[in-house]
Amino acid sequence: MSTTVIVLFLSIVLLTLFITWWAAKRTTTAGEFYTAGGGLTGWQNGLAIAGDYLSAASFLGIAGMIALFGFDGFFYSIGFLIAYLVVMFLVAEPLRNLGKYTLADMINSRFDAKKVRAAAAFSTITIVIFYMIAQLVGAGALIQLLFGIPYWIAVLIVGVMMTIYVLFGGMTATSWVQIVKAVLLMLGTVVIAVLVFARFDFSVMTMFSEVKTATAHGEAFLQPGLKYTVPLDTISLMLALVLGTAGLPHILMRFFTVKDAKTARSSVVTATWIVGIFYILTIFLGFGAAAFVGHEAIVAANPAGNMAAPLLAEALGGDLLMSFVSAVAFATILAVVAGLVLTGASAFAHDIYGQIIKKGQATQQQEMKAARQASLWVSVFSILLALGAQSLNVAFLVSLAFCVAASANLPVILYTIYWKRFNTTGAITAMLFGLISALVLVAVSPNVLSPEAGAAMFVGEPLFPLTNPAIVSVPLGFLGGWLGTILSKESDARRFAEVSVRANTGYRE
Amino acid sequence: MKVGSVYTDERGISDAEVNTAPERQAQTDFVRVTESSRFRELMKKKKKFIVPLTIFFMVFYFMLPILTSYTNVLERPAIGDISWAWIYAGAQFIMTWVLCTVYVRRFLKFDKEADEIIETEIKGG
Repeated sequence: MSTTVIVLFLSIVLLTLFITWWAAKRTTTAGEFYTAGGGLTGWQNGLAIAGDYLSAASFLGIAGMIALFGFDGFFYSIGFLIAYLVVMFLVAEPLRNLGKYTLADMINSRFDAKKVRAAAAFSTITIVIFYMIAQLVGAGALIQLLFGIPYWIAVLIVGVMMTIYVLFGGMTATSWVQIVKAVLLMLGTVVIAVLVFARFDFSVMTMFSEVKTATAHGEAFLQPGLKYTVPLDTISLMLALVLGTAGLPHILMRFFTVKDAKTARSSVVTATWIVGIFYILTIFLGFGAAAFVGHEAIVAANPAGNMAAPLLAEALGGDLLMSFVSAVAFATILAVVAGLVLTGASAFAHDIYGQIIKKGQATQQQEMKAARQASLWVSVFSILLALGAQSLNVAFLVSLAFCVAASANLPVILYTIYWKRFNTTGAITAMLFGLISALVLVAVSPNVLSPEAGAAMFVGEPLFPLTNPAIVSVPLGFLGGWLGTILSKESDARRFAEVSVRANTGYRE
Repeated sequence: MKVGSVYTDERGISDAEVNTAPERQAQTDFVRVTESSRFRELMKKKKKFIVPLTIFFMVFYFMLPILTSYTNVLERPAIGDISWAWIYAGAQFIMTWVLCTVYVRRFLKFDKEADEIIETEIKGG
């Protein structure tokens, strides 16, 4: 481990702790804890959304996938970006207008039933846990690779940092850590991309023609089909990617940190530009790594390709750039897991404790205390799970989180906003159908069951052929909501009128 | 941390807001608002804007994996060594930025109409 790495690593730690100290002074109420008091501006929240989105999986994972699989690696980028159109066109504004702190608040603007809130909180927590284990396991492996420290120490460092941010600085600290990280990440990516482009004489044509001969795949590298060979599986994955974002609780929660629908809109615009430009730059990173690092070296460092970007930085800019990129990757991991802890904690403290157990009568003091305790427990629980899950495939956990979000959350969100007849029973069946079908189908998929020993968690014949079940579980979520609704007589047109007026005009007393 | 100590007497003021919907309904007749011509007009315009564009971008999006999975048409070279698959993917990026901008512009107009509804149908009524 070089001195540069240690200095940069410590700078990130100190900077984020300073932000947390500054934010802690501004975090005295539950509203400030959950949503930074709703005081972020459009571009701040846009940067934070982009930051939440550009996790280590995006930065290291996509660059690595493009380096190894060419065009097919780029599929993820496309799905992740178009997902913002779904967020913008269908979800962002009504969500901002109806909700307060959590996704469950928004659904409960139509239904008073505690069961609905409990189901929404449960699916939020499930998604957060899957996503968090994925990030922590990835983080542990990555830090182990970058800094040469044991896995469990790496997980503990990340775990302690994320707990400190959330516990003391709440959403204000989480957002600003996210903003700083988004800026650093973009900076690092632009620098590497420019260096790569310079090697190709600043010509896209030269880049493509040189990459065509640079890998063992030859021309096939630039064409679809290297990684995704089962058509239905590809389409199912693309479905989970495009619909999952609009159901991911830690992304949706970001819309409560701005004051109105107009600001929510401008934050999506900022996020779309940053995320879009970033994904285009990942082509340069991936191609650069394929050409200047080479397939063998990338796979030797990490079979999934996660080390492609740091190795490329080393090849182009030596130790200094490699250290900078590693430090940025570390900041990325910290920021994303902090956002997840906060989201999980708010589901426990606000939905389960504040609204269900205390029936909305908890004092600010009680709810803040519950929120801080919940943050601590969510962190401890995730750290323990991550320590035991070292061997799990990270990409599988992330795609599962997207799939659960698309199947369990999106149908109920859309029905709540747009369907007049929708009712309490429908809300619960939509969430349960989506959640259970996604979990069960994954449990019997080739990810978990494989006839080859060591290829998956267990040896056996998969009962469901697709690695990503979205193409079945998303329709089941919608079907569940529809069946539950029409099989129950209950319907409240007055309440829908209220939701419709509020969602579309932003009216609040 | 001086957490909450200052706020002990603010008993759930903000959270009570979430749970008092039936009382609020007594104050504002939302059904009447939804039946007003201004609101119906706004909803019609929003629907006319959102539905076709959403269908368009979803179809445009899924055509990429469908075309790459079932056909080879996108593997033909477009410019030099760049195949149509890359051009199509690039077009999706441009579409995202364009549609976002179009959405923001259009909804600025809807904001004005929404404010009018709040003024005349809710507060004024």
